[in-house]
Amino acid sequence: MDYVATGGNVKVLAKAIHSLSRIGDELYFEHQDDGLALRTVNSSRSAFASFFLSPLFFQRFHTCPGHTFRCKMPVKSVQSVFKSLSSLEKTVEKCRIEWKPERSQLTFTLHCKHGLLKTHNLSFQDCESLQAVFDKEGCPNVLRAQPRLLVDTVLNFPPSLEEVTVSVSGDRMWLKNHVEDKTDQFKAMMTELCLSSEEFDHFSVSLQTSITFCLKELRGLLVFAESTGLPISVFFDDPGRPVVLSVSDSVLEANFVLATLSEDAHQNNNNNSKRASPPTPADDFMCDDMDSYLIAMETSEIAGASSQKEPQPSSSHGPPMPNHRVFLDSVMEEQQQERDEEEDLERPPNKKFRSLFFGSVSPTPSQVANQTTHSQDVLASDSEDEG
Amino acid sequence: MPLSTQSQQEDQQYVLVATLDNVRNLSNILKAITFKDHAIFNATQNGLKVTVEDSKCLQANAFIQADIFQEFVIKEDSVGFQVNLTVLLDCLTIFGGSTVPGVTTALRMCYSGYGFPLTLFLEEGGVVTVCKINTQEPEEPIDFDFCSTNVTNKVILQSDSLREAFSELDMTSEILQITMSPSEPFFRLSTFGNSGNAHYDYPKDSDMMELFQCTKTQTNRYKMSLLKPSTKALALSCKVSVRTDSRGFLSLQYLVRNDDGQICFVEYYCSPDEEVNDE
Repeated sequence: MDYVATGGNVKVLAKAIHSLSRIGDELYFEHQDDGLALRTVNSSRSAFASFFLSPLFFQRFHTCPGHTFRCKMPVKSVQSVFKSLSSLEKTVEKCRIEWKPERSQLTFTLHCKHGLLKTHNLSFQDCESLQAVFDKEGCPNVLRAQPRLLVDTVLNFPPSLEEVTVSVSGDRMWLKNHVEDKTDQFKAMMTELCLSSEEFDHFSVSLQTSITFCLKELRGLLVFAESTGLPISVFFDDPGRPVVLSVSDSVLEANFVLATLSEDAHQNNNNNSKRASPPTPADDFMCDDMDSYLIAMETSEIAGASSQKEPQPSSSHGPPMPNHRVFLDSVMEEQQQERDEEEDLERPPNKKFRSLFFGSVSPTPSQVANQTTHSQDVLASDSEDEG
Repeated sequence: MPLSTQSQQEDQQYVLVATLDNVRNLSNILKAITFKDHAIFNATQNGLKVTVEDSKCLQANAFIQADIFQEFVIKEDSVGFQVNLTVLLDCLTIFGGSTVPGVTTALRMCYSGYGFPLTLFLEEGGVVTVCKINTQEPEEPIDFDFCSTNVTNKVILQSDSLREAFSELDMTSEILQITMSPSEPFFRLSTFGNSGNAHYDYPKDSDMMELFQCTKTQTNRYKMSLLKPSTKALALSCKVSVRTDSRGFLSLQYLVRNDDGQICFVEYYCSPDEEVNDE
C-alpha cells in the first residue's frame, strides 16, 4: 500500500486529520479499492466522522489488488506527523503513506523544502471496519451553505457552549444556544440568530423542526471546510435522528454524523413543571422512546440501556449521554467490550464520587483530629529548629 | 550616559564594572541558558562567561564578549562568583523588558569582590532601580574535556530548519538519537515515543547545511529532558553548530545576534545517554 499526496493536498490531508482529532481519540484507517477512508467516533459514540479520499486525490494510489488494509491508531500520533499546519503549508512538498505487509507500522514520510525528510513510523492496531448507518438522501431537510456563513454564525456563540439548537421553517433558520438546565437558563446568556434562506446555496425544508446537537464537531468540520473553501451540506430530520454534515468535491467526501437531542429532552427542558421530579422523566424517557431511535446496533442497545439507568440530573461530568445516540453498525466485539468497559468506567465514577464524598464526611472527627495533630507536630519541629 | 553619574571614587571599589545601554543584550542571552537557578559567572578581560549545569551531564555556557558592553572594566585577571540566575533575570527585566523600539533599559553592573553582593543599577526613562543580589561561593564548572581535535563529526545548520524539527519532536520519547555519517542518512534526529518512531533527515547538500564535516558514522543517544533547555538557545540563534567527539559527547554552539547586530555565543555540552552499537 503506497499513497503519495502532493502540494495543497498534503494540507487538505492534514486538515482532515486535525478535524477528526477534534472528535475521536482513535483514527480508523481503511484502504478500499476506490479510495482511502479515515474515520473516527467519539467516546460516547454520539458523533462519527469520516473522510473518504478517492484515488485521484493522490498522485500515487498503489495497492496490491484485492488486498484490504485496515487499522486504527491514536489520532494524536497521526496528528503529530502534521503538527504545525502553518509550516506544513510552506515547507512540505510531498507526503507519502506506506505500509508493507511484513511491517507492523505505517510509515508517513514528509518531503520538505531544502531536502529535509521527516519519517514517522507509527504503530497501529488491527481493527474491524468502523461504519455508521445514516441516510442522507432520506432526510427531509437539506441545507447547503458556504463555510464562511456558518463560521461567522458559530462565532457568535461563546467557545464554551456545548450544544446549539437549530430550528428551520420554510424560509428561515434559527440558531440558539441550548441550555441544559432551567436554573442555568436564568444565568446563561442566550444568543439567538436567524438566517434567511437566501443566505444559503440550497435551502429545502419539508419538515419544520428543531434539532439540538454538539457544536464541537461542527466546529471541527468548519475548520476543514473553511480551509478548503468547500460548501457544507446539512441533512437532518426529526429531533433524535442524526444530523449529517457533509462536505465534498470531486476527489473527497467528508461526513460528520452527530446525534441530536431527542424530543423528550426538549420537552423536559421546555416544561418547567417537570423539573420538580427529575428522576422520573429520565426513566420514562428510557422506557418509551429511546428504543425506537436505536436502530441498528445491538451492542449499543445493550450498553445504551445500561447507561440510561444513570440518573439524569447528575450528568455534571459530560454531555447528556443518554440523549445522544449515533447509529453505528458492525463494530467488532472487541469494541463492544471496550464500550462496555467504558460504560462501566463511566458509570461508577458517579457512585465513586458519591462514596468518596460520604467517606470523607463520615470519618471526619478522627480525620480532623489526625490532621490537626499532624500539622501541630510539624509546627513544633519547625519552631524547635528555629529556636 | 544616564548612569555615568556615579562618582569615580565609588567606582574604584569595584573589581568589575560593566555597563550596557540595552539590558536585553544580556538578559536575552541569559534566558537561553536558564534551566537551573545557579549560574557561575566568570569575568576576564575578554568578557563574561556564564555557566549553568544540570545533573553533571549538561552544561550551558553563554559568552558575552567585552566589546558588547559599552564599558567593561575588570581589575583582576579573573573575577568569579555565583548568583541565582532566576533572581538576576527578574532584576534585569524589572522594568518589564519591553520590546518597544526606542525604549531600552540601561544597566550598570558592579561587583566589589568576594563576599559582596552583585549590584545592578537599572535605568529606564529616568527611573533608576538599584538591585543587590547576594553572591554565592563559586563552584568549579565541570570540564567536559571537549577538544576540537577530538571532534569526529561536525555540521553547521541554519537554526530555522533545526527549530522546526525541535518544535515537532515527539516529547514522549525519552531520548533524542543523533546520527551523523559521511554517507546516508548524513544527519538524522530520531525519537522513539509512544506512537512509534520518527526520523528527521537533513541531506548534506541541503541549503540549510552550511558545513558538513563527518568522518565516521556515529549514533548517540541523549536524554530529551537534558536537551530540552537548549531549544531556548535555538530559538534565539541564527546558526547552530552540532559536533560530536570520539566519546559521543555532544556540543551545540549557537550563534546569537543581539538587538544591535552583535554576535554572542551560547554553547551546550551534553553527555551521551548510553553506548549504541553501530548498525
